Amino acid sequence: MDPRLELRNICKRYPGVVANDGISLTVKPGEIHAILGENGAGKSTLMKIIYGATHADDGDIVCDGQLIETHSPSLSRSLGIEMVYQHFALFESVSVVENIALSVREKYDIPALSRKVTEVSERYGLPLDPRRLVHHLSVGERQRVEIVRCLMQKPKLLILDEPTSVLTPQAVRKLFDTLRHLASEGCSILYISHKLDEVQELCDVATVLRNGTVTGTANPKESTSAELARMMVGSEIPETHLDPSVPSADPVLSISTLSASAPDVFGVDLKDINLDVHGGEIVGIAGVAGNGQAELISLVSGERSDHATDAIRLCGTPTGGKSAGERRALGLAFVPEERLGRGAVPTHDLGDNAALTAHREGMVAHGLLNRRKARQFAEKVIERFGVKATGPSTIAQSLSGGNLQKFIVGREIELHPKAILVAQPTWGVDVGAAAFIRQTLIDLSRAGVAVLIISEELEELFEICDRLHVIADGRLSGALNRSEMTMESVGLLMTGRDRNSNGSYDHALSD
Amino acid sequence: MDLFIAIFTGTIIAATPLIFAALGELVVEKSGVLNLGIEGMMLIGAATAVWSVFSGLPVLPAIVLSALAGAVSALLFGVLVLTFMTNQYAAGLALAIFGSGVSAFIGRDFGSDPTTALDEWHIPVLGDLPVIGPLFFQYDPLVYFSFIMFGLISWFLYRTKGGLIVRTVGESPQSAHAIGYPVIAIRYLTVAFGGAMAGIGGAYLSIAYTPLWVEEMTAGRGWIALALVVFATWRPLRVILGAWLFGGMTILQLQGQALGVGVPSEVLSSLPYVATIVVLVIISRNRQMMTLHFPASLGKPFRPAG
Repeated sequence: MDPRLELRNICKRYPGVVANDGISLTVKPGEIHAILGENGAGKSTLMKIIYGATHADDGDIVCDGQLIETHSPSLSRSLGIEMVYQHFALFESVSVVENIALSVREKYDIPALSRKVTEVSERYGLPLDPRRLVHHLSVGERQRVEIVRCLMQKPKLLILDEPTSVLTPQAVRKLFDTLRHLASEGCSILYISHKLDEVQELCDVATVLRNGTVTGTANPKESTSAELARMMVGSEIPETHLDPSVPSADPVLSISTLSASAPDVFGVDLKDINLDVHGGEIVGIAGVAGNGQAELISLVSGERSDHATDAIRLCGTPTGGKSAGERRALGLAFVPEERLGRGAVPTHDLGDNAALTAHREGMVAHGLLNRRKARQFAEKVIERFGVKATGPSTIAQSLSGGNLQKFIVGREIELHPKAILVAQPTWGVDVGAAAFIRQTLIDLSRAGVAVLIISEELEELFEICDRLHVIADGRLSGALNRSEMTMESVGLLMTGRDRNSNGSYDHALSD
Repeated sequence: MDLFIAIFTGTIIAATPLIFAALGELVVEKSGVLNLGIEGMMLIGAATAVWSVFSGLPVLPAIVLSALAGAVSALLFGVLVLTFMTNQYAAGLALAIFGSGVSAFIGRDFGSDPTTALDEWHIPVLGDLPVIGPLFFQYDPLVYFSFIMFGLISWFLYRTKGGLIVRTVGESPQSAHAIGYPVIAIRYLTVAFGGAMAGIGGAYLSIAYTPLWVEEMTAGRGWIALALVVFATWRPLRVILGAWLFGGMTILQLQGQALGVGVPSEVLSSLPYVATIVVLVIISRNRQMMTLHFPASLGKPFRPAG
């Protein structure tokens, strides 16, 4: 029997980087095959090549024994290859069934298609109301739409790119059931991930990538995490070290009964948020994206500064009506989620980017910027935080994600803040840099700074937070201590159901 | 009763050029392209119609030529913003100015000579009814055509796959491209369609509404059409209602001037513009409606990735 998919010596070069270097792998029918690797290992490039969205410079793709000459996404679909992107290609202003109608080759008949959507979604345990508008759906439900859209085509090979990054732990289990069901029907699955435990639980075979090359093929169910991690990272993963915290008597950042309606219809209303961050501790906020994190961040950082923010106190001072700059003067530092465009100006050099927030550090005299001082400040950050850059004149967007994030975090820390708000500290950052940033944040808190971290990575939050809240549908849960932080407890809170109000997990599973 | 009939029919007729231009622009904007040059395209349509009629063409082919001229001028804009990805605001303003100049050039020999007007269509039987006949069944064919276009556009946008594609291209061209739709080609089509509709709207002015050529005879209707689309929150029915409001105010202030109301005529002439904007601003205060129907990629250039 021919393999479902065979890659022979795939190579893809971009200016300055080799994304894929001689990659070969084989996927059998009905096999769940993991592509394991860090951010930047070349996984996404490889998937785009398989799907035909990008072309390889060299190498062969063989599907069901047939060599693919000129590849394209539409050829993929006619061969039965479907792909669920990490960032969904869904349209918010139209309904679920209309979204699906756009990508299936069927007659445009909404009622008939709706029935088919319901049928497929029930068959694979992915409940979905075809008439709802996509912008009302949670991220998990949106992923269901994407998967159902692929399943409607009766795929022979389904590619999933980091599918669990947007799901609660309970929803992950449900997704795995669906994928196993699908594989048992003969559909092959390519599962891209950097999460070892998931790959060990789900996959039959794992191909591990590092820096664009295959560093090993393993049976993940028989390999240990350490073996897989070594193939993935090339060395032992550095461990972070967490001392017990000594919190200050009074909170540095305090939010009491904050409610705010969202500035636009696609946003989330915040409801009665209470939160204290003391000096010397790290407080985390977990939650699936789109549950009010963006709204909360903009209210705390001062990007939105109307009177709703009177409920937010910084070192005892109410911040209502205070702009982002005024809050920084009170001792707040902020690392936003988007590095390029919000944390740094992509086309400016690091010196100028340092001046963006560090101009208070004596860089401005008589309204003029002292660029020499800005460069010195940037140099200090580059050196102290081990940023791999030639110097302050390096352009921000030429840095890798991890290095730019180190620079931005370092810049904010060098401002000697009393409180720091960090959104997604290690998103898209390689393992080494991520560990460094986490340790830096721990050290900062142990030096007496109040650290608030908003992240979707539960493992990260469990690793570094002294206390953890969960945000769901604009409401913030009470704080969990380190001993109370488990996948189950946090997962339940992420679905918006309190442990007290519902003791069983079944309810959360149906969400 | 006669006065009421005069005001009612006058309103419908005065609204017709706006309905054509604004419905066309609505489709363009739904696909994510902002064409500010409606005024210019209407003027080109108006001048082309007059030129065609003076060149001996019957009225109907003259209107078709105006639509073509509007579409061609819109495609010039399309090449700039879709192929060369220039700024849509700047290119649209340039088109408005360009249209004003070109139309003055086309029409330079026909200054104020009356053209053959578009005949009214007295619909048999229905048109003979008392009151109902003059109110609804004695217009020129373009008035009926504007309502057919309203029905077709509403049906197309919200009931067909083609309309769904146009709307989704306007929301997220990146996603539409990712699932395999030719975003740029679709936008060329809507831009050309919008130009043709503006051309017809202009032709209506110069061969039906006031059958003669005057420079700048659109008198800002292109800009009002633009505002109508925004304030109607990109919904066809509201565009029609807004156009009627404008038409109604135009006729009322003309009646007022004729009756010698003690207000300077300049103030009266400005009333339709002021009233339309004020009412539409009030209607469009509902942010939820605004956001739901707003084409999210409006005015942003799209560059298909590798």
